[in-house]
Order: sequence, then C-alpha cells, then structure tokens
Amino acid sequence: MRLIAENLGGERGGEAVFSGIGFVLEKGEALTVTGPNGSGKSTLLRVVAGLLPVARGKVLVEGGGEAFPTVASASHYLGHLNAMKTALSVEENLGFWRAFQGEPALSVDEALETVALGGLGHLPFGYLSTGQRRRVSIAKLLVSRRPVWLLDEPTAGLDKASEERFAGLMRDHLEGGGIVVAATHLPLGLERARELSMGQVL
Amino acid sequence: MRSLFLRDIRLSIRAGGGALVGVIFFLAVIVTIPFGVGPDLNLLTRIGPAILWIAALLACLLGLDRLFQADREDGSLDLLVLNGDRHILALTVLTKCVAHWTGSVLPLVVAAPLLGLFMNMEPTGIGATALTLLVGTPAITFIGAAGAAVAVALPRGGLLISVLVLPLTIPVLIFGVSASYGAVADPAPFLQPFLILAALTLFLAVVGPLAAALALRHGTD
Repeated sequence: MRLIAENLGGERGGEAVFSGIGFVLEKGEALTVTGPNGSGKSTLLRVVAGLLPVARGKVLVEGGGEAFPTVASASHYLGHLNAMKTALSVEENLGFWRAFQGEPALSVDEALETVALGGLGHLPFGYLSTGQRRRVSIAKLLVSRRPVWLLDEPTAGLDKASEERFAGLMRDHLEGGGIVVAATHLPLGLERARELSMGQVL
Repeated sequence: MRSLFLRDIRLSIRAGGGALVGVIFFLAVIVTIPFGVGPDLNLLTRIGPAILWIAALLACLLGLDRLFQADREDGSLDLLVLNGDRHILALTVLTKCVAHWTGSVLPLVVAAPLLGLFMNMEPTGIGATALTLLVGTPAITFIGAAGAAVAVALPRGGLLISVLVLPLTIPVLIFGVSASYGAVADPAPFLQPFLILAALTLFLAVVGPLAAALALRHGTD
C-alpha cells in the first residue's frame, strides 16, 4: 500500500494556496506537515482526502486492493471538528460511525478504553470537556479500519498524558502497516516521521 | 444506511431536534384560520383541504434548512462525503430525507385528521386529505433536500431554501389538493390526480437526492 501525491496543487476561492507538493509514503511511514498559519496545511489534507478539488497534479493510493481502491475509501479524516452529535451519547456516536464507515475494528467499549474514557460511554457527548471530545474523536479512528490516517491538528486540546497515548496509537498504526499524514505545530512524538514544510515551496 | 436512519431519527426526537416544531406551527396556522375566516361552516368545509395542504407544505419547509447544515457544522458532513465510495452519496441523502420525513413530517400527517375537524371537514374529506398528505409530502422533502444542499454553506439559508423550493412544490400542492377535493366533490376525479401525485413523489425521490448529492460534493470547502 502506497500513498502517492504528484506535483499537487490546491486552491481556496480560486487562489493558489500551494503547488508542486509531491510525496510517496510506503506503508509504515508517517509525514508531518508543518508551516505557519495560512500556509495550506489543512487545505493539503482536504485535497488529499478529496474533500477539495485537486487544482493540479494528482493523488492516489496503490495496492489498496478491493477494500481501499481510492484515497477517500482508504482514509480516516480527523479535522478540526469532531463530527459528533452533542445530543447523542458517546456510545451512540461511536456506534453510528462504526456501523456507517464499515470495516469494523475495535468495539466501541475497547476504543473508549484505549483513549482512557472507559465508563463514560453513556454520557451525552455535549457533557464532555474539549480534551475528552477530542479523545472520543480519536477513538473514532479505532472503531473502523483505514490504512491512511489524515490528521489535522490531532492533539489540539489534549493534555500531556493523552498526547503521549495518542503518539503510541499512531506508532501502533504505523507498525501495523498504516500511513499517517498529520498537519501540526507541535511535535507528535513520531521519531521516524518525514517532514514537509509548507509555506516555502511556492 | 440503517445506522444513519436511526441516528437521524434519534436526533430529531432528542432535545433541540425540532420534530415537534413543525407540528406546533401546523397547529397554530390551522387554529388561526377559523378566527380569520369567520364562523361560516360551509366556507370552512370548502377551503379545508386546501388550508391543510398549504399549512403542511409550509410546516415541511420549516425544518429543511437544518437537514445538512447541522451535519456541516459539527464536521459529520465531511465524513459522509468521504465515505461516498462505500455508500453512494445520493443514497446517503435519500436516507437522510426519509429519516427527516419520518421524524418531522409524519407527525404532521398524523395530526392532520384532528386538525381537519377544526375545519369542519367530513370524514371522507379528512381521510382523503390525510392520504394525499402521506403520499405527497415526501416529494416536498426530496425537493427540499436539493435546496438545502445548495444553501448548506449559507449561515441564514432557511428563507432562501423556502424561496428556492416553493415554486417547485407547486405541482405537488395542486395535485394533492385536487385529489382531496375529488374525494368529496362528485364530478371531480380522485384517482387520476392521486396517481400523478404518487408519480411526482417517485420521480422526485430519484431527482432530488441526486441533485443534492451533486451540490454537496461540490459545496465542501
């Protein structure tokens, strides 16, 4: 499984934000995308996920097999928003995404244990603190299997212990043959991650 | 798909879901009419089906703006679009429409017979109006989905959706009301307008979600 971006260009509102981005990630490799505000980190992730149109170049996965033929089908996208309903309980939220996204991996309870929120599944999502909400959102990555994780500021709002736990989750994912692309300002604790510096390549 | 349907139904009946807002609006309009028109029972009987249909149409439009906007605001819409390879986006939209109809519009259809009494309608007329509402209101939701998808990025798109969608719902209204009259007034037919109404619903069940899916796919930013 490989994630390939060739000469990728993205734009917002008709104006080029970045261009000429290229990378090849083999399985087990991670890429951290850094750069100042407005350099196009989020735009890059959304272009890779297919949520924004590709202005130039192309992005594709190779060797995904029948289950993951396209980048969109092979990817988890963790954006700034948590994609959870405040009126539903944590269990209902995760259970929905597990059933909807398909390829089930961990059960809802196991995933909550993994992010140290075991026993809070019955609470409405709206009752949780910012960091706890983020951890539920991270648990969403674990309930269904996707080889590519596209993470946009994944550790925003997390405390030190949760950051380390999340770094461990990412390492597990990489060891299992996954791919991580993360846009971040903070070090994520991935030793062998390659770095893509935005805002200088234009 | 079943999970999406169940989630949306749950959301509509939980706090802030707005399942009852439409029914209360429907009730308010129908209860006001006799005060405005006056106590002429024959007149009320004659305009009853039309008033029920117009009030139901407006109540249907009321909650449509939240159909995709709520999902967009919390980021769920991105993931629904992202999973477009596993679940065809048009089918996802269709599921959301059916859930919206079950949660917010079906209560209107259930309340319609009771409110028909307020309009001094005969049992046949009440039954026919409720039946045409049952068959016709899904069409309004399906067109409304296309409008809601186009206006999803606008912060106050509710009125815009109504203005966009209202002209397209006129045929549904015309055939719904004429079928309801057909059941009561003898020379006018019931079956023909009713079948056209059913055909409209089936046609829009295909066209509406396809158009909405197209708009959503190109509307992400």
